[in-house]
Amino acid sequence: MHTPFTLRFLSSIDRKSGIALAVFLAVALLAVPLLHSAFPPESLFHVSTYAITLVGKIMCYAIVAIAMDLIWGYGGILSLGHGLFFALGGYTFGMYLMRQIGRDGSYGADLPDFMVFLDWKELPWYWHGSDSFLWVALLVVLVPALVACIFGFFAFRSRIKGVYFSIITQALTYAAMLLFFRNETGFGGNNGFTDFKRILGYSITAPETRLVLFGLTALLLAATFVFAKWLVGSKYGRVLTAIRDAESRVMFIGYNPLWFKLFVWTVSAVLCGIAGALYVPQVGIINPSEMGVANSIEIAIWVAVGGRGTLIGPIIGAFVVNLAKSWFTVSFPEYWLFFLGLLFIVVTLLLPQGLIGLWKSLRQARAGKGGKA
Amino acid sequence: MSTREVMRKIFGIEDDEDNGFGYPDRQTRLDLSHNVILYLEDITVSFDGFRALNKLNLAIDAGELRCIIGPNGAGKTTMMDVITGKTRPDSGRAFFGQTIDLTRLTEPQIAHTGIGRKFQKPTIFEQHSAFENLELAMKTDKRVSKSLFATLRDEQRDRIAATLTQIGLGHEADRPAGLLSHGQKQWLEIGMLLMQEPQLLLLDEPVAGMTDDETVKTAELFLSLAGKHSLVVVEHDMSFIERLGGKVTVLHEGSVLMEGDLATVQNDQRVIEVYLGR
Repeated sequence: MHTPFTLRFLSSIDRKSGIALAVFLAVALLAVPLLHSAFPPESLFHVSTYAITLVGKIMCYAIVAIAMDLIWGYGGILSLGHGLFFALGGYTFGMYLMRQIGRDGSYGADLPDFMVFLDWKELPWYWHGSDSFLWVALLVVLVPALVACIFGFFAFRSRIKGVYFSIITQALTYAAMLLFFRNETGFGGNNGFTDFKRILGYSITAPETRLVLFGLTALLLAATFVFAKWLVGSKYGRVLTAIRDAESRVMFIGYNPLWFKLFVWTVSAVLCGIAGALYVPQVGIINPSEMGVANSIEIAIWVAVGGRGTLIGPIIGAFVVNLAKSWFTVSFPEYWLFFLGLLFIVVTLLLPQGLIGLWKSLRQARAGKGGKA
Repeated sequence: MSTREVMRKIFGIEDDEDNGFGYPDRQTRLDLSHNVILYLEDITVSFDGFRALNKLNLAIDAGELRCIIGPNGAGKTTMMDVITGKTRPDSGRAFFGQTIDLTRLTEPQIAHTGIGRKFQKPTIFEQHSAFENLELAMKTDKRVSKSLFATLRDEQRDRIAATLTQIGLGHEADRPAGLLSHGQKQWLEIGMLLMQEPQLLLLDEPVAGMTDDETVKTAELFLSLAGKHSLVVVEHDMSFIERLGGKVTVLHEGSVLMEGDLATVQNDQRVIEVYLGR
């Protein structure tokens, strides 16, 4: 019997996750647009543009968190450079957004403002085709995939593991950040890309565009979750966790860990790239600080806080940490990093399974009490 | 020069049949024309000047059950490392059958040619169920692309179930392997070896930590495998070796001290000296 592809993906979702997914999509695709447009801004039920942008942004982070969980939670490979792939996707899509500005920039020229400022007369070769949405959409996938593939191949072939791998990924994203800071690199130097006007011809600040981007992000988050659920439930997923737990045994039963690691590494990078591409039009800016060391470490913290190897945990982690961050950075901006560090220590010491683990043990304790009574 | 050759030059991939995704399930044409399945010739391995193996020569016949004994540091585990590709010898040759040069293959490739290995410390996938452990070990196409869409056929399920019964874990199929007892873990690892359908089994201290009853059962299992498979067993448990019968090889300081049946070996003056120390 041959089951169609989509059905096979969906069959990896259990009843509870299925209901949760349906509720999530109904809220994101129906309730939020309705509440936003049907109620006036002063109404209690109105969902503000600020809230939509904030949640849209966090949903992009949640996709990154799932990608990180695949490689770290299931593959046992801690990457401290995932911000690089996120930023690469963002920059790639940012090129398209820069071209969409057209002559509406402050210099009124055909070239993006920063190039005019640098006195460049034509686009660098890698900007060619960047006015085509389809080409750029393809690049959003291909660029992170290629970088991850080449880096991963050499790292995994040399059997670099554990903390050494983490340090190298950190160095990689740091080196990329320094490269993107340079004006000569052709990506706007330390200002990066900003002042976007349009996407596919539609105004980027229009509420409708924002709602569409929000909906797309929600759809992609759901799709990423279903895909990841399917992947970890497949035999591939079992080999991956086997590599995490006893790599030599995996080799001696005839699997080559190199290709298994490289596959999940590349998939993870591509997911980050797509998330980055959705992030940039919603946030309206991309600059080299996205490749900063702290950003990549924060991704690992979302996953650790939510609970590694659970897929749903990292999504929760991304939301909890980022909602806390947006509150903290408004109320006590100078204490955020201290809080983040404290959170990481508390989670590592007291909650090795993250919030999901806490919830599970609370439920077990409750069930135990109920049983006795 | 083809693209593949260029890639091989650049990346240093040695495997001729590597298609970039792993290793297809190819039926090995193991040449047993001289009735020898494993042939080690003048193997030397040094670690920082210490010679773990010193011009080791060893030949295992097809279908043979060979026991290897020797004091600690004699080179037993290093020998298994060389055969399975974990350690590259400084010099010497290692052949599987007449044609397969083991010193040029990687660990997964060697596994695919038909050599299975049980480690000294039971090495299983603790988070996976016993059933899944066997599923992963089962002889099949082990490339990434095949693993993504692999589903178990009924006869494969039956085989896994039969092996679980054979290793006495029929009722533990769905238990996480990490929760099994030490002896059960040992057996699970042996079961994984069986699922690989190897022609040569290397077993490093398979009955360590087993109860007497389990040890007897293991000996029976090994005896039933001999003939169809070739087995190399490293053990310290002399009663177990006695039960297995067969030829015994004594390793000492990285080379073969002597070979013979257990009684001859145990009464040999040199062997006694080696074990008791001079």
